[in-house]
Amino acid sequence: MDFNDTSAEADFRAKVRAWLDDNATLRDGSKTTQDTFMAHNPDQVVQAGKWQKQKADAGWAGITWPKEYGGMGGTPMQQVVWNQEEGRYRVPPFAHLVGVALVGPTLMVHGTEKQKADILPGLLAGDGIWCQLFSEPAAGSDLAGVRTRAKRDGDTWEITGQKVWTSGAHYSQHGLLLARTNPDVPKHKGMTMFIVDMNDPAIEARPITQISGAESFNEVFIDGLKVSDANRVGEVDGGWRVALTTLMNERLTLSVGRAVGGAKTEELIDLAKRVQLNGRPAIEDGEVRARIADFTARQRGLEFTSYRIMTSLSRGQEPGVEGSIGKLLLGRLRQEMSGFALELMGSSAAIADTSDAESLRWRNEYMTAPGNRVSGGADEIQRNIIAERILGMPVDIRVDKDVPFRDL
Amino acid sequence: MDFGFSEDQDAIREAAGRLLDENATLVGAHLLLNENPDGFDGDLWSKLAEGGWLGIGIPEEYGGSGMGAVELAVLAEEIGRTLACIPFAQAMYLVAPAVVQHGSDAQKSALLPAIASGKKIVTAALSENGGIAPGVITAKVSGGLIQGVKSPVPDGGNADVALVAALDDTGQPGLYLVDLTGPGVEREALDATDRTRPMARLTFDGAPADALTGANGAAIKKLVDGAAILVAFEQIGLAGRALAVSSDYAKERKAFGRPIGGFQAIKHRLADMFAKIELARSNAFFGAWALASDDARLAEAAACARLTALDACQYAGEETIQIHGGIGITWIADPHLFVRRGWHLKALLGPAAIWRERLIQALPEGNS
Repeated sequence: MDFNDTSAEADFRAKVRAWLDDNATLRDGSKTTQDTFMAHNPDQVVQAGKWQKQKADAGWAGITWPKEYGGMGGTPMQQVVWNQEEGRYRVPPFAHLVGVALVGPTLMVHGTEKQKADILPGLLAGDGIWCQLFSEPAAGSDLAGVRTRAKRDGDTWEITGQKVWTSGAHYSQHGLLLARTNPDVPKHKGMTMFIVDMNDPAIEARPITQISGAESFNEVFIDGLKVSDANRVGEVDGGWRVALTTLMNERLTLSVGRAVGGAKTEELIDLAKRVQLNGRPAIEDGEVRARIADFTARQRGLEFTSYRIMTSLSRGQEPGVEGSIGKLLLGRLRQEMSGFALELMGSSAAIADTSDAESLRWRNEYMTAPGNRVSGGADEIQRNIIAERILGMPVDIRVDKDVPFRDL
Repeated sequence: MDFGFSEDQDAIREAAGRLLDENATLVGAHLLLNENPDGFDGDLWSKLAEGGWLGIGIPEEYGGSGMGAVELAVLAEEIGRTLACIPFAQAMYLVAPAVVQHGSDAQKSALLPAIASGKKIVTAALSENGGIAPGVITAKVSGGLIQGVKSPVPDGGNADVALVAALDDTGQPGLYLVDLTGPGVEREALDATDRTRPMARLTFDGAPADALTGANGAAIKKLVDGAAILVAFEQIGLAGRALAVSSDYAKERKAFGRPIGGFQAIKHRLADMFAKIELARSNAFFGAWALASDDARLAEAAACARLTALDACQYAGEETIQIHGGIGITWIADPHLFVRRGWHLKALLGPAAIWRERLIQALPEGNS
């Protein structure tokens, strides 16, 4: 049990810091952290691509990736050190996250040698952004219900259907798409995974405006898209296994990468010192102090949970049971904390004063947090996973499990 | 950074866990809940003493094995998990560290070997009127004699020595060793919520009090912080056991034609228990490290560990009763054991309200 850097980690941190000092600027006094998961505007996307390339050229883009695919072959702990240090600088949002953290690791497991050689180095270097074409109007938490249909004709597949909640589809060049290839077998057994070209005119992405006002995800219409069999990932009708690899990486990314995401309790304390409640600074109010203390204990717990996950990974173990709680607890914490910040603002919470970045920020946080509790598997799905896979509870009754998909 | 246990520490967990599993059963806890003449499980205590487990945090020169806070934490979790009915927490988390850190050679020689060998039962008497030291102390020491009332004191009825928080002539808080078998001590047994861990009221009227030099208010606060982290491990062990018992029951008990664990209303509560326990564990890990390395963030770490462990423990205990349905509200069933021990562990160091304020004051931003 040692919370400090080992000497090797300290050396690595010094190198990271030296490179970042030369290539980026430290954030100013503001503690406001950027929501780095989804890029919000085209300019940010361009900047994100440049930053990804810059990191790749210097060898920092794929710290845990194998060297043969352009990575550093480093440890998860080095990745944590990088994330901590990069977070101190003013850098563009990580628009390449889906490619680097989800698609890349999926292809490493399920891709052909040619796919790996052709795609992985460029993916890491920021040659295009990737999106994950999984969810559909009738297949969210129940992902295996996808209806987008792929039909084979020789070496070509023709795909038609609709996807939704696709983050970044409107500025992505590549997609990983899960389609129904055999409706005559139970639903988990008749899907196949494909790599698709998002620039193909047979694909249309329409941004969806979210409650936060952002447009980070899309509905995607696919009409007669032709895909070569060479761009199939994994076995025909074996797409569910491929999808599970992607989803496992997604859960890990969401729980590790974002365990420290969102507003910090320190920001809440700042706010409570500046606003008045019952005729005195809010920070002097007992209830305010109690609420902030509880938020702090939960936020620290999530931060340390991510270190436990990283320790498992760096010891060469699968992340243990701790890996499943981060995403479940974080969304709720962000929602409660930002809701409480708005409370502290009193009647000002009902408006966003454009001259006051803070009121905008907490409202945005409050309207973004519900998405945390849905994306990557809703709270209810996370609880099912914990109860069924860790605690061994009987699985939910699935009336559709042994029924051919076409009869559902 | 390495945020987990070493192989040696895992080996300690396994060995201690085996001994405790064999000797501390829920059936045994029920028996002591009904009738507890000695105040603790004497057989288990002897076996722990023989195995050297009572000296885990005591230096080798005083008869212990001189291991650190992390090893003690590992043992604490196993004690919590098995609901061991022994006078361990006060002795090992408060008295022994206080004497090691602040005792004279004579005080150390007189007490530490007796603690490590299990020959003396010792406890800490910090509480007054439901609060914990140092803020609530009214007991006074003058001319080496103590006056005042401490309540509730775990094992106060049968302990040989108590570490007592009291004020000196100048009104400064300090820690004193008091022989409870000597003159000027009156003990009154109280109706403990967890009768497997008895409580007493100690009334001092001129009992000799032997000061631990340098154990001032700041030192008391630091000792309590350390104890909170170790108690958090007991709470995590306890809550984990409640979850295991609830999970087993949910898999066995059938209603509407299937095990109740198949219903989301049940399985989601079990998942919430699990999440609360693991969140507390993460904070407790940081606490164990901060305690072992005497880190500047000890106070913050202790409060975070305490707050999340209190929450996990209470939720797990209460939901364990509910998940068991009707049987859960019967005396002979196990669920209330978890709730009762949970309140005992809460009482040792005070409720969440105290620790929330301690946390705010420990934060650099909150302290202005």
